[in-house]
Amino acid sequence: MNNKDLLNLINITVSFEGFLALNKLNLNLKKGELRAVIGPNGAGKTTFLDVITGKVKPTKGEVIFKGKSLVGRKEHKIARLGVGRKFQSPRIFENLTVKENLEISVTTPKSPLNLINKTIRDEQLNEIERLMKIVNLAQKVDSKAGSLSHGQKQWLEIAMLVGQKPDLMLVDEPVAGLTDEETDLTADLLKSLSGENTVVVIDHDMEFIRRLDSNVSVLNQGTVLCEGTMETIQKDKKVIDVYLGRPED
Amino acid sequence: MSLSKIKFDKKIVLSFWIILIALIIAAPTLLPVFRLNLLGRYLSLSIVALGVDLIWGYTGLLSLGQGIFFALGGYCAAMYLQITSSSEFPNNIPEFFALYGVEKLPFFWEPFRSPVFTFFAIWIIPAFVAGLIGFLVFRNRIKGVYFSILTQASLLVFFNFFNGQQKLINGTNGLKTDVTQLFGQMVGSESMQRVFFWITAIIVIAAWFFAKWVVKGRFGNILIGIRDDEPRVRFTGYNPVIFKTIIFSIAGGLAGISGALYTVQSGIVSPQFMTVPFSIEMVIWVAVGGRGTLLGAILGAVFINYAKSLVSEALPASWMFIQGGLFILVVTALPEGVLGWIQGDGPRNLLQRFGLKRKIETYPSLEINNKEGNNE
Repeated sequence: MNNKDLLNLINITVSFEGFLALNKLNLNLKKGELRAVIGPNGAGKTTFLDVITGKVKPTKGEVIFKGKSLVGRKEHKIARLGVGRKFQSPRIFENLTVKENLEISVTTPKSPLNLINKTIRDEQLNEIERLMKIVNLAQKVDSKAGSLSHGQKQWLEIAMLVGQKPDLMLVDEPVAGLTDEETDLTADLLKSLSGENTVVVIDHDMEFIRRLDSNVSVLNQGTVLCEGTMETIQKDKKVIDVYLGRPED
Repeated sequence: MSLSKIKFDKKIVLSFWIILIALIIAAPTLLPVFRLNLLGRYLSLSIVALGVDLIWGYTGLLSLGQGIFFALGGYCAAMYLQITSSSEFPNNIPEFFALYGVEKLPFFWEPFRSPVFTFFAIWIIPAFVAGLIGFLVFRNRIKGVYFSILTQASLLVFFNFFNGQQKLINGTNGLKTDVTQLFGQMVGSESMQRVFFWITAIIVIAAWFFAKWVVKGRFGNILIGIRDDEPRVRFTGYNPVIFKTIIFSIAGGLAGISGALYTVQSGIVSPQFMTVPFSIEMVIWVAVGGRGTLLGAILGAVFINYAKSLVSEALPASWMFIQGGLFILVVTALPEGVLGWIQGDGPRNLLQRFGLKRKIETYPSLEINNKEGNNE
């Protein structure tokens, strides 16, 4: 374990009634790193996020985030410690406006007493405006989030994630269903977020992962098969076998 | 989209309130005593309906046990009235105790000698009980239909307890309030009932404003968030348990106030307030009036109950069929309730159907709106 590490997953095993969704998974993330996680269907990518965010308790193993163990903590406590998550299909509050969605994410402290106070602090309002500009939703402030297009919903959710100011951002398939142009913009956005934030991106889309230009971890059958840059990964024989497929086939 | 967000002309709002207040003041002279009393009772029921709208319409918690808190409020009020009017009875305790040979007042009646205690007990006791039940249920992440079943089971537990305790609270007979005295006047008297009507009307308006204040802004948005996607709220760093407990407790408090006002106007509180059909009716009022509209809950409670009494007078025994039919009609044809339909696109769609209004030239149905939610 290294002091510069933000997150360490140590020997994580998750067993669903005997089926090992994760099997002795080890993964370390440095502060400010952008990491892509790829893997075939059923490799345990989403379970891996569930373990970090507290939705699934690992059967064995330890999750260390900023020197604290996350195992056994409630989801909202983990979120308050600085772990933010973007879901696979956009999970935004469709009956609220774009602005209200962002208010929910930037508000701190997240206590009922603070929320019942009807005025929102100026710096939080400024933050909302800044976020809406970043994701090009400034025109849609008072539209219901449910009326946005699919791409706009994805971006709103990313803006909500950024608004939480997490130290660790977990982004699950951010470009599913986006156009090529939107995909490129999303890749640039995520790249610009890393450095200050630590970002983990899970995706299938190889073009998108390549564009992220980051370290890649390949998951297979619940464990890390291989780590490295995109070039190293593509040359790795094991990876080719399970995931990329032989070009001759 | 909603009516409340449309900016009404200030003059219209002002004249609406002037007419409403004039009607409330004049109601006792316009309506015969019997009708006034009914209206007062139905207005008090609209307060429990507001609570149901807060927990169900906004937060997505379908409680079938609001009768518990309604009855608790009623019992608090009735105990105070009974005890203050018991000076001429043996042992200076309410008359019914003599029937069961009870000579000493049960300990929990003692604090109800105080009007101040009773005033707070009417809403704090139901709110506390609701908060306690709510916390235990929500902490264990029981939701959806399991929550509904659990609240109904709690209702039956309370019903059976109150029904069986003759020596403590007169069991199945309940506590009568109409022959008790308050400030030297008979509670059931015409002048007292008029005062209760006005008090009820004022409290309904106050409760409406209170409920509007609760759902306004970020607090209300979190409630809607919990209704639509609770795990998302949790992953954003909020603890839904606390929010759900608070709103369930508020609804319990409103139910208690409602029950107390209903009791003094109907003249009795009894375990009948905790029967299963009555608590389900509360949900029907809100469903018909319009979930998540607040005003719809008030109108639903008043109009359905008024219709109930009018229909029952004309065609006894047919009301249950009409109520059932109304519920089915609303669920199938107007899932947003009557007020929700009016505030939404309902009237325009209807006019379009008859060719009285032009169709809008966009294709909102083409918007991609996939709600798979398969990642939960």
